[in-house]
Amino acid sequence: MSARYGMVIDLDRCTGCGSCMVACAAENNVPPATSRATPRTGLTPMLVRKVSNGADGAAKREVFIPISCMHCGNETPCVSVCPQQAVEVDKATGIVMQMPQRCLGCRYCMVACPYHARYFNWWDPAWPAGMEKSLNPGVAVRMRGVVEKCNLCHARLHSAMEKAAANRKKEIDPADYIPACVEACPTGAILFGNLADKNDGVFSAAHSPDAFRLLARLGTEPKVYYKSGQAWVRALAERDSERAKESEHV
Amino acid sequence: MSELLVVDRRWIARGAERSSTTRFLLWLVPWVALLALGIYAAGLCLYYGLNQTNMDNRFAFGMWIFLDLAIIAMGAGAFFTGFLVYILKQADLKPILNSAVVLGFICYSGAVAVLMVDVGQPLRAWFTFWYPNTHSMLTEVTFCITCYLFVLILEYIPVLLRNRQLRKVPSFLVFEHQLHHLVPVLAALGAFLSFFHQGSLGGLYGVLRGRPFAFRQGFAIWPSTFFLFILSAIAVGPSFLILVTAAAEKLTGQKLVQPGVFRKLGLISGLLLGVYVAAKAIDTLIWLNITSRAVGFAPWDFYSYKPFGSALLFLEIVPLGLLPAFLLTVPLTAKKRGWLLCGAALACGGILLNRFVLTVQTLALPTLAFDEFLKYIPSWQEVASFAGVIAYGVIVYSLSYRYLPMFGRVKGADTNVSVG
Repeated sequence: MSARYGMVIDLDRCTGCGSCMVACAAENNVPPATSRATPRTGLTPMLVRKVSNGADGAAKREVFIPISCMHCGNETPCVSVCPQQAVEVDKATGIVMQMPQRCLGCRYCMVACPYHARYFNWWDPAWPAGMEKSLNPGVAVRMRGVVEKCNLCHARLHSAMEKAAANRKKEIDPADYIPACVEACPTGAILFGNLADKNDGVFSAAHSPDAFRLLARLGTEPKVYYKSGQAWVRALAERDSERAKESEHV
Repeated sequence: MSELLVVDRRWIARGAERSSTTRFLLWLVPWVALLALGIYAAGLCLYYGLNQTNMDNRFAFGMWIFLDLAIIAMGAGAFFTGFLVYILKQADLKPILNSAVVLGFICYSGAVAVLMVDVGQPLRAWFTFWYPNTHSMLTEVTFCITCYLFVLILEYIPVLLRNRQLRKVPSFLVFEHQLHHLVPVLAALGAFLSFFHQGSLGGLYGVLRGRPFAFRQGFAIWPSTFFLFILSAIAVGPSFLILVTAAAEKLTGQKLVQPGVFRKLGLISGLLLGVYVAAKAIDTLIWLNITSRAVGFAPWDFYSYKPFGSALLFLEIVPLGLLPAFLLTVPLTAKKRGWLLCGAALACGGILLNRFVLTVQTLALPTLAFDEFLKYIPSWQEVASFAGVIAYGVIVYSLSYRYLPMFGRVKGADTNVSVG
């Protein structure tokens, strides 16, 4: 198997409901935030941000931008900096993998990430009594003091590969591997698939005229694309664009 | 109490003038209290986790990394003085060598202690040696700092073994004698390791492609900050040595080194600072006009957020760069102790500002078009932990000064000054 898994997120369809964030947290055993957590210390491998065009009154426009790890394919910033190889790019899938079991918690990768898509476990993971029964048995809980991030629901990929192996198939069925955020989006704003496969819907969506990537000029080849018919939204791709002045977390 | 007084006097070198035991203990009390507070604060961070700090997912590095980078640069006086004495044969700097070694040991051991609190899983520190990522600047830093700390310990031990009471143990004498032969090798090894880790500390930020404020082009695998950090560290190390020695002279009321030593250290510091400032200015121009422009970032993307305006860049290059280089180099000012100390203090201030800008400003500035400018104020636990390191440094230096031959020949101590 040799794929380049990625996503195309249609921002014109995103309503900012946050379903993707909830689904991500439930799938990946992200613990509930403690009372002391702030928007900057919480664990949100998928984070929906609200961005405005900076205008007032009738001219004001807003867009919701879901941000997760971009799974950079070239000179991946977080991979080269990790001192103990706790981050790697899976050559078979293009997924940037984080190994919390090996993480020192130095947070150098977080400093290196231009998308701020990496999160540190500032607290011990804890669930309200009884809620631990809802944990996903396929995903290991991360301990305090390590970094985590979106791994494109790698546990689901494993399940799909196990299923394919049981059926004596070399390739997985694309229908068996869909990340939780994609599955949960009520408006179907997130397309997921193999960017290297020209027959995959995600390939054509990524190559549509409305598609863009954030900070593409850095040359890190992110594998998460965005799509919008609105010029001011597309202009958010780079800093020297028509700049949005207001931003806040949902 | 009387027994303590006797023991204290017995451990001080014969003939050395030191303050009374009571006065020395009174001097130590506030520093021991500060150290205790620092240990308590660090203990909180280790026990409860880094949620005790005000760092967060966006400000993943904070005050500790900034000050670590700063004190490691200041501690460069240790390896650089050893390099000057043993490799470049500048024998007139020998009287200050032991003091430089002790200072270097304090700076490096303090920095490593803070780093151990700063990571989320300190017990996994050995993973870096077991699973090293050879592409990471942090791996290079970890290897070199660890090795160099061992070198510093080996350089400190002979100074320690020259204590009046320790010299009475025959095996210690033999050990010290053997180590003494190793000194030139240790000095060369220390210089090699230090050049690399000072550089890789600069590289730590220079390689950050995702942070256009820090990212720099360079030579081969090393960004320009790699070389700038080496240059700035060896420029400021001697200045810090001057400041600490002058402070020790003031506090003890004794003349510890000849004025010629200060002049020479000042001249070396000033000349290197001049070269550094020139290199830094060229690097800044290349970065602002070519490197950051290529990825869509203009100078105002970096300097339009107060208080991090362009005034900070000017402050770093002119009042805290060119001015001290002038004060330390030109005979008219360098001859006068006041101006010399002023130049040394400004030089140290410039390096502090440089490390602050690279560590804190880099993280405060937005990268995405819809990012906001961030603020971060360290928690009391962060401040207290670092204050504890400063207290540790003062205590180690005070004890070393009292009981060891730190500066030149001490009457009755029967010792020659050297690293070993």
